[in-house]
Parts: sequence; structure tokens; C-alpha cells
Amino acid sequence: MKNKILIFSSIILSTLVPLSAYAQDSQDYGIPEVSFINQQIRQGWDDYEIRPSTLATDGEWCRRVFLDIIGRVPSVEELHKFVKDKDLGKKKKLVTQLLNDENYTEDYAKNWTTLWTNVLIGRSGGTERNSLTNRAGLQKYLRDSLARNKYYNEIVQELVTATGSNTPGTENYNGAVNFLTMKLEENATLATAETSRVFLGLQVQCTQCHNHPFNEWKQQKFWEMNAFFRQTRSLRRFTTGTRNVSHVELVNESFTGEGLTKDPDKADIYYELRNGITKVAYPVFVDGTKIDPSGYVEDVIRRDELGKLIVNSTYLDKMAVNRIWAHFMGYGFTKPIDDMGPHNPSSHPELVDYLGQQFRKKSFDLKQLITWVVLSEPYALSSRTNSSNETADDPLLGETPKFSRFYIRQMRAEELYESLITATSADKGRGSYEEQETRKSQWLSQFIVAFGNDEGGEQTSFNGTIPQALMMFNGDLVKQATKKDGGSFLDQLAKSNLSNTQKINYLFEAAFARQPAKKEVEVANKLLVARKGDLTAALQDIWWAVLNSNEFILNH
Amino acid sequence: MMSNSNPMNMSRRHFMSHMAGASAMTMPALAMGETLYANADDLKRRRKSAILLWMGGGPSTMDIWDLKPGASTGGPFQPIATSGNAQISEHMPLMAKQMHNMAIIRSMSTREADHNRGRYYMHTGYVPNPNIEHPSYGAVLSNQLIDQRPELEIPPFVAVGGGSVGPGFLGMAWAPFSVSSTGQVRNLDMGLGDDRLYQRMYALDLIENGFINQRRGSAASDHQKILKKTLNLMTSEQMKSFKVADEPESVKERYGNTGFGRGCLMARRLVEVGVPFIEVGLGGWDMHSNIHQTLSDTKLPELDQAMSALTEDLEQRGLLEDTAIIWMGEFSRTPRINGNAGRDHWARSWSVVVGGAGMNGGIAIGKTSADGTRVETDPYSSQDVMASVCNALGISLQTTFTSKSGRPMKIANSGKVIKELFS
Repeated sequence: MKNKILIFSSIILSTLVPLSAYAQDSQDYGIPEVSFINQQIRQGWDDYEIRPSTLATDGEWCRRVFLDIIGRVPSVEELHKFVKDKDLGKKKKLVTQLLNDENYTEDYAKNWTTLWTNVLIGRSGGTERNSLTNRAGLQKYLRDSLARNKYYNEIVQELVTATGSNTPGTENYNGAVNFLTMKLEENATLATAETSRVFLGLQVQCTQCHNHPFNEWKQQKFWEMNAFFRQTRSLRRFTTGTRNVSHVELVNESFTGEGLTKDPDKADIYYELRNGITKVAYPVFVDGTKIDPSGYVEDVIRRDELGKLIVNSTYLDKMAVNRIWAHFMGYGFTKPIDDMGPHNPSSHPELVDYLGQQFRKKSFDLKQLITWVVLSEPYALSSRTNSSNETADDPLLGETPKFSRFYIRQMRAEELYESLITATSADKGRGSYEEQETRKSQWLSQFIVAFGNDEGGEQTSFNGTIPQALMMFNGDLVKQATKKDGGSFLDQLAKSNLSNTQKINYLFEAAFARQPAKKEVEVANKLLVARKGDLTAALQDIWWAVLNSNEFILNH
Repeated sequence: MMSNSNPMNMSRRHFMSHMAGASAMTMPALAMGETLYANADDLKRRRKSAILLWMGGGPSTMDIWDLKPGASTGGPFQPIATSGNAQISEHMPLMAKQMHNMAIIRSMSTREADHNRGRYYMHTGYVPNPNIEHPSYGAVLSNQLIDQRPELEIPPFVAVGGGSVGPGFLGMAWAPFSVSSTGQVRNLDMGLGDDRLYQRMYALDLIENGFINQRRGSAASDHQKILKKTLNLMTSEQMKSFKVADEPESVKERYGNTGFGRGCLMARRLVEVGVPFIEVGLGGWDMHSNIHQTLSDTKLPELDQAMSALTEDLEQRGLLEDTAIIWMGEFSRTPRINGNAGRDHWARSWSVVVGGAGMNGGIAIGKTSADGTRVETDPYSSQDVMASVCNALGISLQTTFTSKSGRPMKIANSGKVIKELFS
């Protein structure tokens, strides 16, 4: 089947047969969702008269699947196993393995814990002075949930409704509380905005102060959503007999309302219009569903109601689909991905709706959703452009993504870290999980640039600036990765019984999932001469150059 | 043993250091160097720079530059006289002595009152658009001014102590080089001899080119440009200008022992070495509560000390006539004081301060209403400020960039020069 596509693609290249002709021909692994994705995406190519890129090589595909699912490049052994497999269903086999094989459970859970932690509390959440967030607490909760593939709706419900302590090892520990513990100041405006944005793809923060000029959200809706959070409080708990904070506890307490009457049976809140007029609000969900306005927790726990309403909303399905799609494809169906309100139509509306429905139908199983996306045809395409899609499908040029090629992107900082570790065992004797994570977050902290406002805005990316290039040139991690003392990765490679050519191949495969080109072998040999036959030193130079190259730090 | 081609087009000086042994090549290159530096002296006399003092979070300009004593919205601060014609806050006594150099634009009226949107708009002159990333001040101005300084080996856009906005469609080569206010640049030393560094760069360049030639898009080639800049920087004497610690104690004291103070001092040093654009960040202005105490106790003294030192220092060194100073945040704060003794986000009527590079000082331009809630004269925008700064720096407002999609974009988004600054 796959060979057929390859042959077919080359026919298209040379003869430009009608574009729709390839429609029946791509692999769907007998999965209807994959088939639907392929059909819908191809429809877009036809509509725009775009010829997709050819398929990525096995090595390229393997590298990106490892990066995107478990957050690191494949080892040389893992790569060989896949590339040498003759089974036509080997892609499905690999995806199944990465998602379900217990050898990969830890990597999978770690990668998605990182991704979700950044979504839920940002890259710096929990590192602030006197933080109410316990980053490790949230990560423990996520890791446990993801490792046993807790369904997405359950995770969301738990994050929205959680009560308990934020710190592992304390009484009533429930790490899920860390999503909200630090978002409750100033009448929980941040909790309102972030819950809507992260889970529903609705951006309401601007409507806190005024009706939004472009979308349907009105100020009233913001405060009606906000009313769901007003029974919730973050309380600092102290170690008995001291003034040291032991942990933070998220609790629901009866709320008397803000009105003069203080009538908890109808606990109201007030907000101010721009013209100074004050208006009242009660808890009402975005779709207009009202709940009992009582502020007594004995009558109604507002967040519990909100949790139910959120997991029943189709916005939940679409937002999850868009987030997962964007993670694998580099771009979502909307831009930004978490702004899916009616004012911002998606590029493939039928596909979003369908995948959302299927995701709900299949119990909100994230691993199934991932499988559909990863086995789809657009994910299998090369990142090399052709004359037909070079500019017509370049989202950097402001074009709507048509997914006719794999969009090249920088590895996330975390992926870079884990990949360096994998490729070189640079962090040998890594210690406990917590120690590893501490070391990693110390290294990652260099990517955080704070913006100096109260909303926790931050810019954190590995985006190829000069300080980051310096970090790759000369930083500790790369020094570790390229060191040549006894027992190091390069020392072991140099002393192995591989031939010199094989040793060079090994480095290229470890970093790029491909063998070196002729010119690259030549330059490696010149380096060996320049190092006067000191093989380890020559390997060190090659390895340094390889790790610093675009091909290594880009997911392609 | 390696080819003599110049990997990544390393800076001439650096490349020459490798070629020092090859006598055949040394002579013509040195001769070229002399004319280069002769021209550089000439260029140095008229080269322009700009320093953006970025007030992250949105400073309350009613409490700093446009006071309303006695108004219900006015707050407790009193105005004081200055060396110019405009009054400013009593908590800015040092700056008051420098106001003959600065103009307060009191009729700023913008629409973006969200931090991210406001930061983007004030940095670029454009409102955020999901389909295109516009280049920021630093990227645009350094791109335009770079030709005046062929000797510059360090990045032309430096951001000190905080984030800026990126280069957008101009590409990563114009991204801000971010440093902390200590001036410490990490990971500068490879700890290898130059020959080996050079050989590694040669191998790296070959691998990079292989990938770029496979039509992988702009991310692949942008990376190579950054590598070149990085290499230049690693080997440059000009890196010394980041070391504010080398300044005399009295100078350091004058700027203030604060992050912002060191940042402003570094900005002056960078202007001296030829960096065309420096952004110095001072965050923490997002004062939704207890605003006046925070301003008078900490924020304004820090600002006053450093900003006045910078202005004075540039003037004394004769640099102010070629260096524009821009003071602004993403927006300002509500005239109304809220229930927590704070002020919230407000963009409709506020102030920006500019000076230097030949712009008129000592004046206030435009006027707000008695309670500060409205602009009563012609309103000015981010584009207008940018157009005026460009004008002061000798950059034509007809300059047009082409976005990656081929769309032409006028510099400063067709803003109008604020004429009071130049008449």
C-alpha cells in the first residue's frame, strides 16, 4: 500500500494528473476516523489546487512520532527496529507501542504532563515567590492520570471541581487543585478566563471590562461565568505552631453574595459597566443554562455544576481536538488554537465537528484521538516543499494551513532536553524522578521571559535566538553531551567495535534519523585528520556540529 | 587542510585572525580594513540610535506626567515645576531637572487595554492580527540604522531586563538580544582554540546547507543566520560594553543600584559602541491596588533616578542629539481610583514621553480633560509616536517593508509626525 502511494506521488509529480485521482489511494489502517481526516484534508488540497508533498521517509516519520508522542528522538536501536520492519502495518504498530507498551508509559506520561502543565499554569507557574501553586503537585496528579489513561472528560472535571491540598504528602492532597489555587485573586477573574480558554476555547478575558467588539461575548457573560467560582477560596495552611506555610488548600465555602442584603439564597455578584453603572450577575453557563443561585454549599456547589456543564459542552470536544491536532501538525484549525468562538471560524469546520463527536463517542480517549491524527496522511507527509505548496501552503506567510506538508518547527525546550539526554546519556546517574525534574526545570528556566504584568504573561520558547544558540554552542548540557572522558557516550562509541564509518553513521542516525551524505562523511574524515587520528576528539567535533545544526533542533 | 572559504561569513576581523598565517591573504585585507575604518569614523559622527524605556504593566501617567491635583480622580500627588515648561509629579524631582530635554505627549489615545494586545500595538504600530506578525520597534529601527555601523559585531537590537516584541516577518536575524541587567551573557566561551572552533563551524555549515537545500522553508535558513551572528559575538571585543560593572562607582551610583538603573547605564554604553536600538524594561506597573504608596515608595524613585541619569549622561557626552529616548508602557491606568486604592487598565487618554535626536524638549503636547478621562486636543496613536521617532532618526516614512506574503507594509503604519516635536 505504502509503496503504491510513493509510486503514485511520483506519477503526479511528473504528469500532473487531475488532483482528485489519488483520493482512494492512501492508507487508513481500517480506521474510519483516519479515513475521514484524509478525505477532508484532500478536499482542501483540491479546492486550492495544491499538490501535497511526497511522503516523509521512514526515518523522518519515526523521528517525529517519537518527538510528538513521547517527547524525544528515537534511539538508534529504536530507529533501526522501525526502519527495518517490512510489515506494511508498521506505523500503526509503532504508534500502538508508544501509546500502550509499558516500556513507554513513563516517557508518554512525562511528555504529556509537561505539555498539560504548561497549558494549565504556564512554564513559570509555581516558581513565583510565595506561590500558591505547587508545580510538582500538579505534575504528580497529571502523571498519574495520564499514565493510566484517565479519560479527558474526567481530567477536566477533576481540574475544574477539585478541592484539597496542593502539596504531595500533606493531608487531603489533590494535585488537581493547582490549576485554580493561584487564579482566585481579584474575584477569580483569572480562573474565569483561563477555565473558559483552556477547556472551551472561549476567550472571555477582554469582556471582563467591556463588551467585546468582535465576538458575541458580552460583559454580562463573563461575570455570569465568574459567579461559578465565587464559593472557592485558596487558604494557606501552616505547620502547627509555626508561621511556615505547609500547603495551600482549595475549599468551597458558602458565599453570601456582594449585595447589601447578603442573602445567601440568592448570592449575587456585581460588576461595573464602563459608564459606571453597576449590574448584577448570577451563575449562568455560556449556553444560557442557569443553576440554583443559592450561595450555600449545602444547596449547590457551583464548581461541581460548572464541571458538569463543561464536560457536556461541545466546545470541550472541539477544543481538545484542536489542541491535539495543533500539537502534531504544528498548526490548529483556528489561530490562535484556543480562540474557537463564533467570530473565529475554523479552516476545516466539518472535520473539527466530526472529530469532536467521535472523541466524545469513544469516551474521550486521548490515545485514540492521538492515533487518528498520527496515522493520517497529512502527518505522514514530508516537510520538503514543492513548487505547488511552497508559498500557497505556508502559514508563516499568513496562509491558512492546508496541511499539504509537514510544517517544520523548533523542538520545544523540553523536547530538546530529553532528546539530548536520550541521544547521549548526558545526564547519567540521573537520580530520582524528582531530582531529574528539578535539574530539567533549572535548565528550562533560561527560556522564561516574564513580561512584568499581573496576569502572568510570559514568553517561553526555544525559538532560535542568539542566547539559545550560545547555549547550544557552549552550554553545560551540550558540553556534557559532547564530553569525551572515560565512560562518556563518545568514549564508548569510539571504543566500540564498529568501523569508523559506522561510528559516524551512528551519530547521524542518533540525531537526524538518517545516514550521513557523502560530503558529510568527507568532512568527518577531514576532521579525523585535523585531530591527528584522535578518533574521540574527531567524533566530538562531528557530534558538536550535528547537535548544533538546524536539522537536529527542528522537528521535520 | 580545510577549504579556505569563509564559513557562515564570519566577521571580517575574526576570519582574518584565522588567516593571519597565510601571508598572501593578509595584505589586501589589511588595506581594505583601513578604508573601512576611515569611513567608520565619518559614519560615527552622524549615526543615530534609540533607547526605549519600556514600562511593562501599564504605568499611571496621571500620577507621573499629567497630574490633576484637586480633581476627584487626581490622587494625592502634587505637580512640581521643571527645567522645561511642563510640570510633572513631585516624586520625579531628578527628572524635573532634565525636562528641558523631553517632550510629554499628553494626548495619547489608544484602544488596546489588554496587556498582550497593548504591548504588541505599542511596540509595532499595528493591532494584533492572527495571520501576520509585525516587526517591533527594535527590529524595524535596527534594520534601518544598521548600515550606518559596518563595524558593529554585536546584535543591533538589545533588550535589557525583560521581554520585548519579536522581529515578526523581518525574521529571527532581527530578534532582540535579551540580557539581564547585570550584563552577563552566558555561555560565551567554548574553551577551544580558534582553529578547532573554525573547523567545527565548517562542518556545521556544511550540514546546515545540506538541510536548507532540501527546500525545508525559512526556519532552516533563519537558523544559519543566527549561527553567524552568534559566532561574531563570541569573538567580539565589543562584548565589553555589556559590563556595566566596569563603570566608575560614582556613575553607577548616579544611575541607581537597581536593575533598571544598570539597564539604563548599559544602554548608554551600547549606544557608545554603536548599537542602534536598546530597550530597557521596568516592569511592575500593573497596580490594581494600593497604587500611590507603591509609586511613591518604590517605583517612581527607581524610575526617576535612572531615567534622569541616562538623559543627563547622554547630554553631557554629546550623544543625546543623535539618540532618541522613548518612555512608554502598553497603556495607562483608569483615572477613577478603584475600591482597592488602585487603578485599572486605561488606554483612552494617557501620556508618552520622548526626547533627544533633535526633538523639541521642555514641552507638553496635547491636553486631557480636568479629570483626565478624555483627550481634548488631537489624539495621538502608537503609529504617530513611531513616525515621529523615525523622523527624528532620519528614517524616511516612505520606507516600505514587504511581509513574507508579499504584502507591502509602510514603516510606522502610516502614522503622522507630531509636528510640535519638530517645529
